[in-house]
Amino acid sequence: MDNLKLSYATRTPAAGDRQSVLVGVVASGNLEVLFERKLAPHECVVEIATPIHGYDEVWKAVVEDFVERVSPGGLYISINDGGARPDIVALRLMQGVKTMEVNHE
Amino acid sequence: MNDMPEARVSDSASWFLSTARERIAGLLDHGSFMEFLPPTERVQSPHLALFDLPVAFDDGVIVGRGRLAGRDVLIAAQEGQFMGGTFAEVSGAKLLGLIRAARDNDKLPRAILLLLDSGGVRLQEANAGELAVAEVMRAIMEARMAGVAVIALVGGRAGAFGGAGLTAATCSRIAISEQGRTGVSGPEVIETNKGVEEFDSKDKALVWSVTGGRNRRLIGGADAYAEDTVSGFREAASSLIDRAPTFDLATLQAEQQRLSARVERFANCSTAAEMWRVLGITAPQSIRDMNDAAFVKIVADVKEASHDGR
Repeated sequence: MDNLKLSYATRTPAAGDRQSVLVGVVASGNLEVLFERKLAPHECVVEIATPIHGYDEVWKAVVEDFVERVSPGGLYISINDGGARPDIVALRLMQGVKTMEVNHE
Repeated sequence: MNDMPEARVSDSASWFLSTARERIAGLLDHGSFMEFLPPTERVQSPHLALFDLPVAFDDGVIVGRGRLAGRDVLIAAQEGQFMGGTFAEVSGAKLLGLIRAARDNDKLPRAILLLLDSGGVRLQEANAGELAVAEVMRAIMEARMAGVAVIALVGGRAGAFGGAGLTAATCSRIAISEQGRTGVSGPEVIETNKGVEEFDSKDKALVWSVTGGRNRRLIGGADAYAEDTVSGFREAASSLIDRAPTFDLATLQAEQQRLSARVERFANCSTAAEMWRVLGITAPQSIRDMNDAAFVKIVADVKEASHDGR
């Protein structure tokens, strides 16, 4: 397994008040992403576990782009990868951060 | 306990295509689901790293409680897309803990829904998985003896084979959709062991006609036929909880009688269509092509489909 842990300082905290959400599943070409609101409001950590070796630079590029776009401050994001393509990873990250924004009914 | 929000899942969403979490969210009354050992607890397999395989934060099984059309239920769902939907050490223990809790504590809901979607035991944890299946089967029977209705819902991509097929057969009642398949040995296993003449696993029409939901419903292997939607399974599950048989000697004797009669009646059939003809269906070839409503009408006239066994 390749394990990466990326840390970022964000401009703003992530929107919403949900404490956690899980999107996606660990399957071929897919991934699961767990979002937990448990860091200081201007910190973000993304932890990645993938069985596909040698793609650290691609992961960094996708995650950096995501952090730049949505500023997910306060979120601890954990990924179990099943060999997802970069576009799927980007969509899952967006799906999760949007779901975290939706308030409880 | 958790803060895992539920996405809104439409009533018409396909059960077959939904994930385990989507099925639970759509099946239960909105906002009623409470998960035990949610992904944030990271109760996951300690073995998969050895094989350089990714884990899932819930080990592919979700357990909890909620309300089904206003009624309190316990619920467990297998994620069929994660490693083919598995019985393994951790996921097995989660399932077992839920069933034993219902068995031992009559303050808990008196119904358990098992959303099975699995080809059987996870081979990387085979011994622990086999033990889990055996323990789950025993626990289901003990829970039924304690008055708990255990309802299997089968309609996922992996079907319910191997340990999941055995587990389904141990339940009080089984609901299945056209896309659902169940059995003990899967098509590939039969072909490998008995030869392609016995069962050609590449022949999808054959595989579906024998192991698929319509045949299982017609010969009484499943007790309700559900449309392949979230609402279809909700209706089927609700009706089956009310119709769960008492688990006693009389029920077991009825089941034994039913199965013996079935073996005798279908002894000379080599295809599903031949069995359907024996059941008195005049145009058995049309069973595969008709819509759900037409199929439900046919089922109503087939005596074998409804019974007091199980």
